[in-house]
Amino acid sequence: MSTLTEAPPPLAPAPEKKPPRRRGRLTPYWLLLPGILWLLIFFALPMIYQASTSVQTGSLEEGYEVTWHFATYWNALSEYWPQFLRSVLYAGSATVLCLLLGYPLAYLIAFRAGRWRNLIMILVIAPFFTSFLIRTLAWKTILADGSPVVGALNTLHILDVTSWLGITAGDRVLATPLAVVCGLTYNFLPFMILPLYTSLERIDGRLHEAAGDLYAKPWTTFRKVTFPLSMPGVVSGTLLTFIPAAGDYVNADLLGSTDTRMIGNVIQSQFLRILDYPTAAALSFILMFAILIMVTLYIRKSGTEDLV
Amino acid sequence: MDTRRSRKLGTSVNWLKRHLVVIAGLFTLGFLLLPNVVVTVFSFNNPKGRFNYEWQEFSTAAWTDPCGVADLCGSLSLSLQIALWATLGATVLGAMIAFALVRYRFRARGAVNSLIFLPMAMPEVVMAASLLTLFLNMGVQLGFWTILIAHIMFCLSFVVTAVKARVMSMDPRLEEAARDLYAGPFQTFVRVTLPIAAPGIAAGALLAFALSFDDFIITNFNAGSTVTFPMFVWGSAQRGTPVQINVIGTAMFVVAVLLVLASMAIGSRRKRQKA
Repeated sequence: MSTLTEAPPPLAPAPEKKPPRRRGRLTPYWLLLPGILWLLIFFALPMIYQASTSVQTGSLEEGYEVTWHFATYWNALSEYWPQFLRSVLYAGSATVLCLLLGYPLAYLIAFRAGRWRNLIMILVIAPFFTSFLIRTLAWKTILADGSPVVGALNTLHILDVTSWLGITAGDRVLATPLAVVCGLTYNFLPFMILPLYTSLERIDGRLHEAAGDLYAKPWTTFRKVTFPLSMPGVVSGTLLTFIPAAGDYVNADLLGSTDTRMIGNVIQSQFLRILDYPTAAALSFILMFAILIMVTLYIRKSGTEDLV
Repeated sequence: MDTRRSRKLGTSVNWLKRHLVVIAGLFTLGFLLLPNVVVTVFSFNNPKGRFNYEWQEFSTAAWTDPCGVADLCGSLSLSLQIALWATLGATVLGAMIAFALVRYRFRARGAVNSLIFLPMAMPEVVMAASLLTLFLNMGVQLGFWTILIAHIMFCLSFVVTAVKARVMSMDPRLEEAARDLYAGPFQTFVRVTLPIAAPGIAAGALLAFALSFDDFIITNFNAGSTVTFPMFVWGSAQRGTPVQINVIGTAMFVVAVLLVLASMAIGSRRKRQKA
């Protein structure tokens, strides 16, 4: 027994077909039941409640009633479309920045880090253990007026360009779109790096050698061999970055201003401060559908069906 | 001769390219770690106003009195409790689902898979808002229990994914061998299946703990007036940030890195002993 658990003997590859179960036909259902019930009651059922809330009318005092008031959706969209657009723009920019910043680091860990690989890996994951809110607040210091970082950007005339683009204001970075996108990029970067690393690490190093032997320049090797093979990581990384970034309201609240409010901020304040439940539910539903549609189209386009 | 020269040229180009990637990668690593440096440095600050965003002077006052702010350590211990219970709940439920998915055939597999996948593909704010709608409609008192329910819900899928990956790489014939040697189903599970699946279960549990402990958005919606540690930090961003927040942030970072380094050292020593 003990030798079996400790050192499995080298076996031939397991047969594809699963062996028939001799007993316990109901066992899988008993195993699934508690967890699936939990998800049905606290994940699926709430969606139905939310759908119903979004077509209700009434007030907090008199209670709400389902009146199939679909105008709530129209009103919510016509009032808050700028915030929707902003969410997509900010989350999209953050995703692109995450890819540009994350790819070199994932590549470095997978192919070039050698004995430093584990240490760098720890340094990528370790910040997770400090509350992300504390780390986001640190950006308030880093991007404060007159801080070294802002000073350097100013000296390099980068802020002139960004001000011209309208994503910073004069020599200020805090409370501008750039600060919010920076915060989003920072917060979701590990979610880009980890899947990228996983798919890069699987690439057979001999493919690089083969490409080199066939006179491919390093850049060509990257473009024709490495990058296409890392596509599953790129797809799941961009999804893992874009989806949470699009619904986020923490960065826009802590690093932005009233001009950088995203749809998450609207949903949060409608639900928790203004207490307009139908509008909040409608907005949340629109966000959910928009993201599901975008994600489905994106997965179709990139041709990677098996994600997680 | 010719190929050797071109290879030589290739390596020198490679050298430059390799270093470009290294420089870009290290820049990203710096970007990732800069806030932690700031958090650490500012844990030694002695701020003038209510907010700890500007450097004034060196002081160890906050380190000698980490609980000196009202409610701070209470919220921390509440977050730890919730994270522990949520980890326990999500790990047990999630591991059961993972075993069922890998080891058994059953109906509605596709539906089960999408029910597991959807919570991970949904913005947190949507889940948070809809769960709050449920609680409001049911007239449930918001607090410890609603937070715990929510945390188990969103951690579950991550545990399933982590455990599934490990159980899938397991050879089912090991369990069959145990059964052929007259081990009962329970004995097989405890002495064969569980030990092999343990690393996956541990990874899932660790992930669940980290997710639950640091969760803000779902907690913000479903906590009522209960204050977890992230909720405390959020509130302090409005009222004034005590230095003690940075002390706790720094301490958590150091402890996490030390724990990981220690486990790695133990792991490599074991490997060496085996070899």
